[in-house]
Amino acid sequence: MTVTLAHYLVLGALMFAIGVVGIFLNRRNLIVVLMAIELMLLAVNINFIAFSHFLGDIAGQIFVFFILTVAAAESAIGLAILVVLFRNLDTVSVEELDTLKG
Amino acid sequence: MDARSFLFYVFAAVTVFAAVRVVTARNPVHSALFLVLTFFSTAAIWLMLKAEFLAITLVLVYIGAVMVLFLFVVMMLDINLDKMRQGFWRNAALGGVIALVIFFELALVLWFHFSDIRMVDAPALPPTYSNTQELGRVLYTDYVYPFEIAAVVLLVAIIAAIALTLRRRKDSKYQNVAEQVRVKRSDRVRLVSIPSQSKQASSGQ
Repeated sequence: MTVTLAHYLVLGALMFAIGVVGIFLNRRNLIVVLMAIELMLLAVNINFIAFSHFLGDIAGQIFVFFILTVAAAESAIGLAILVVLFRNLDTVSVEELDTLKG
Repeated sequence: MDARSFLFYVFAAVTVFAAVRVVTARNPVHSALFLVLTFFSTAAIWLMLKAEFLAITLVLVYIGAVMVLFLFVVMMLDINLDKMRQGFWRNAALGGVIALVIFFELALVLWFHFSDIRMVDAPALPPTYSNTQELGRVLYTDYVYPFEIAAVVLLVAIIAAIALTLRRRKDSKYQNVAEQVRVKRSDRVRLVSIPSQSKQASSGQ
């Protein structure tokens, strides 16, 4: 079966679904939740590049460029927060982050 | 099936396998390494879509910098793995069902709308086409303001990451040079007037 645009888009959908299930499975482990978010962003990027190629419009690749920038900033700040959290609470489990709960 | 389709299926299979292992691996270090594999095979797929610059960026920036940062943090933190895995399989059923629903809905819509657009239908590129040149031309003209905003976002990320993780250890001794320079005589020397005593009085006691 020859590859069509739908193949790339379905691959993106599959990656996104895996990212969603990753957040469900590793609810307690913040690091793996961050990795699952990276997977979902990657799925979006695959869609952008596939459309950019098949429509012949370079703007899609510009968008991927910006998404990569924002994702890098997000993971840097997220990991910094994680390190501070671990230093203060000695855990990265989401379950134990209930300080604000009354 | 031509060679191009075959390569697509190989890279897609590796990508999906690695992505599944990212979310199911027991050890977060393995998760990070499988995420590297996911990014790498995705970069290969992007190369097949003629997005050479972004594919190389993904390898250099993502695998080279972001994933190394992930590995750094995972190895720095001492995480209790068994406690983290509690409730893993209880959530697996619900998560799996929701993911399947998401996937099939997306796939259904996408398949019926886009499955007639084949690789050969993509607009042909001139032989002198350079992806990097074209990307740079658009990025520095039409998208120059978003580009500068992206630069500011990165700057904010640098400052935030440093400011969050910066700490002064309370038990370490260090010099405060400004305070040393600013010091005045009255801060350090105190003249105490002590009345002189006679030799007789002190020895008589």
